[in-house]
This record gives sequence, structure tokens and C-alpha cells, in this order.
Amino acid sequence: MILIAIDHAHGAPRRGAFELVSAARGLGSDVAAVVLGGPEAAPVAAALAAFVPSVVHVDDAALDHPSHERRTTALASVAGELGAEVVLLVAGRGGQAVAPRLALRLGGTLLEDVAAVRRDGTAVVAERLAYLSRASLTVRATAAPVVVSVKPGAYPAAAPADAPGSVASRSVAFTAADDAARPGERRSVARGRVALEEADVVVCGGRGLGDAASFERLVVGLADELGAGVASTRAVVDAGWRPYDEQVGQTGKSVAPKLYFALGVSGAVQHLSGMNRSGTVVAVNKDGDAPIFKASDYGIVGDVREVLPALRAALAGLD
Amino acid sequence: MIIATYVKHVPDAEARLAADGGRIAVDDHAYALDGMDEYGVEAAVRLKEAGLADEVVALAIGPARSEAALRTALALGADRAVLLETDDDLDPLAQAGPLAEATRACGAELLLVGGKQADWDSAALGPAVAEALGWPVCDWTTELRLEGREVAAVHDVDDGSEAWSASLPVVVTTQQGLNEPRYPTLPNIMKAKRKPLERRPLTATARVVTLAAALPSRARRGVRLEGDAATVASELARRLRDEAKVL
Repeated sequence: MILIAIDHAHGAPRRGAFELVSAARGLGSDVAAVVLGGPEAAPVAAALAAFVPSVVHVDDAALDHPSHERRTTALASVAGELGAEVVLLVAGRGGQAVAPRLALRLGGTLLEDVAAVRRDGTAVVAERLAYLSRASLTVRATAAPVVVSVKPGAYPAAAPADAPGSVASRSVAFTAADDAARPGERRSVARGRVALEEADVVVCGGRGLGDAASFERLVVGLADELGAGVASTRAVVDAGWRPYDEQVGQTGKSVAPKLYFALGVSGAVQHLSGMNRSGTVVAVNKDGDAPIFKASDYGIVGDVREVLPALRAALAGLD
Repeated sequence: MIIATYVKHVPDAEARLAADGGRIAVDDHAYALDGMDEYGVEAAVRLKEAGLADEVVALAIGPARSEAALRTALALGADRAVLLETDDDLDPLAQAGPLAEATRACGAELLLVGGKQADWDSAALGPAVAEALGWPVCDWTTELRLEGREVAAVHDVDDGSEAWSASLPVVVTTQQGLNEPRYPTLPNIMKAKRKPLERRPLTATARVVTLAAALPSRARRGVRLEGDAATVASELARRLRDEAKVL
């Protein structure tokens, strides 16, 4: 059977959960979802039951914002009990930390940050990027169970199933090693804007904006008008204009929106590795030789500070 | 207290790649110490300079050329180095056991690993070696303090950042923002050549097999829009709506 680990926030599954449902359905029909967390997670489990035949809610407040170790133990316990052949997680920050621990704990294999996963006979085969996303590898797991972390956005969100599934609650026993790490206060950076990895449109600004105030006025301004996520290059983050969590690229986040604006971005390979799965890419840069133009669908050579106000007016003028 | 810091010799960002049968071929001279690991070396050296650690040991897994990455770590301030030498392409889970053993063998209680290795684009090694050691892991760390045996850190999570604390021993994965790594000076590069570097042969079995490798290039429209700002802006808006159909 295929087990999917559900991320949730504010009492609802995150978008990645429904992408995992799609990935799991491609591997088999015997799909179960596991939801971790106290009473606040109960509606999450109920919501998932509309999508998969079976949902396990590990009902324990010790799993609200758990350490990677607690999360690993809870998932390993459910995967072991259900005899999961494949466990799918979203390859976000948390999923990428838990998936390797879980794979080792289960004595299995890890296929990490995959763009696609399928069965080939009894084997599990996946496509993933390597070398700063410049190369694509087809990889096969040599031992079961196979833990797979799936790249956010790689699969479409699934539609509900024809028949609703069942929800079962269970508990889990933790060991002292699971409590060695003490996660503390969280600082959320959502600020009411769409999460970068979940945004259909991403507006990214680079050093070409000139200063932090121009970035705020032009890039954030356009993003707010479009309901888009705001992204930055490493140079902008290093300059202290924007926070680290907005950075897209090798050392930051990897995004794949339908539309990506690269504004005043030169397009270093480290940056391209974080955005080259995007649908349509628009680049504005005053250097016509900047590498970003080779990675773009639409390029405008010009000062982003002049082009952007005109673009905002033009977008607002579309009927 | 002994700190171990993992370093990897990876192709630099500009390295030319070729798809060669079922694998990716890289120019041998295009390798360097992984930038992500530099933050770990720097953090370890700073803890030692602050009198909070007695020794910094750089650990690497890879072919003989990985010695260059270890020499760089030594030039940056590590005291000694250990290379677990193998020509096999080992996935992170296959590396976790040997790296855990080497960490225990040098008596380290803090292991620093780059948040993501630039060859496999993998963030798995830190958490995997933590599992092999039975230690907690703090991943994507941006702040790290050590008081006695207590580690206090701040790290990235999916929605922002989170405070994190634990007692030694721990694994910490490093990234940009943790510190500003120093550059190796010429005298330190010379000194590094005389620091101890131990090679041990490594036999391990890969758990993941690469069946095929390719260098995809996504077809882009490559349309260049020219004219004054108002003209190109309205042309772009129209094309995004009518041609790309994304608005």
C-alpha cells in the first residue's frame, strides 16, 4: 500500500497534500493518508477522507509542530503497522528532513525531491534533478520500503474520490531520543501573502532594482496587485533588502509557478536552478546579454524601474 | 569538545556537464569545496576560536580528488582531516552509516553538514547521518550558539523560522546566513599542506541506482520585446493574456 504524509496548517491540509494524492494514485489504488497532530488536526483527517480510502490520525498534541524526530517516529510507526511499500512526503523543508530519517528507520530507500514517480514492475522509479537542477536523472530504489519526497508543484492537486474513505485514530509511543530536540517559538513569514511554493505567479526582484525601497515599491507592489508571491535573488538577500525566506535558487527555495517575473535579475545558474521549472518566464534587465534572457519566454531590455510602472499600468488596463 | 565538519568536493556552478551514457560527466578540474559546507567549516572554526571547542575535524566521502576540499577546510582552520575514499557514486543514505562511524571515531559531539549538496541536489545527508547516530538534527540553520553543552539555534521551517534547542550531541545542517565564511589566506593554504590528512578506504553499497541521465533544456519562446516602456509593457501584457494564456 501507498502511504502519504499530510502537511497541514490552520486546520486544513496544505496544497501539497492533494498533490501527493495524485502521485499516490499513479502508484496504486490502496492509498492511506496519515495526519499528525492533536484535536486541531481532526478536520484535516476528515477532509482527506474525501480523497483516499483510509486516513490514520495520530491524535497527539505532542505532534503539533513536532521535532523531526517525533515526526519520524510517528510516521515509522504507522508505515510499519500498515505495511507501507511506498511512503510519500512533500519535499518542503520539513519533509526533506524527515524523509531520510524515515527511510533509514524503515530499512528502506530514499528517492528525494522527485518530479515524477512510477512503478516499473515491482521497482519504484523516479525522475529527479541534480547538479543545481542542470541534469535530470532517472533513479531506481534498490530496497523497500521506498520513501519518496515529491517536489512541490510536480503533480496537480487531485479531485475527490468517488466514495469517501474512513478515518481511524491511533496513538504512538515516543522514546527519549525523540524528545532530545526542543523546537521553540515559530516566526511565521506569511504576512498575509500567498506562500512562495504555492503561488501561481511569482514576482522576483534582483539587484537591478537599485535599493530596498524600489524593491518594496515596484516588486512587492506588482506582486500585491497580481496576488503573487514575492521572491528575491541571493544578491538582494545578501544586501539585506529582503529576508532569507524569499530567496529563490540553489540556497533558497525552488518554485514552479505558472508565471515567473524576473525583474532586474541577471540569471546566475544558482538562481536558475530554483526557478527553471516555471511555466512562462518574463525577464526585464538592462543588460541584453544577461543569462536570464536565455531562460525566458519574454524578454525586455531596459531599466526595470522604468519598465515596471508601465507594465503595472498595462496589466491594470487589460480587460 | 570535538567538532566534525563534513565537506564535499562538488562541481562548481559553472562546470561543463555532459550526459555520458547513464551518468553525468564533469570536467575533473571544475570541482571545489561545496559552498554550503563552507558555512559549517566557518561555524566550527569560530566555536574553536571562542574557546568552546578543542578540535575541528574535517570529514569527506568521495574519490581521491576530494583531498582538495579537505585541504581547503584545513586552510580555513580545521585541525585535521579524514577522507573515506571511494570511487562509487553513493546516495546520501549509503553515506550515512560510514559518516556516522567516522564521526564517532573522532569523538565529535557536534557534526556540521551543508544543508544541500550541489552534486545530487540533496538535503538528505544531515538528517540521514543524524538518524544513523541517533542524534537530533537541526536543519537549515541560520543561527547557532553553544553554551556549555546546550545548543541554541534558529532554523528555517516551511512557513518561516523556528527556535531550536538540544543538548549535545547534535547534527546541524548549515546554509547561507549562518555566518560569512572567511577566505583561505596564502600562509594558511601553505600551513594546510602540513596538517594531518588520513585516508581510509570505504566500501559501501549504493541504495539508489541511476538508470539514465540527461541534460534537459526547456524550450522557451525567447521573444525579445523592443520599444519604449509603454509600448513593450502593453505588448507584454497582451501576449501574457493571449499567447501564453497565463493572465
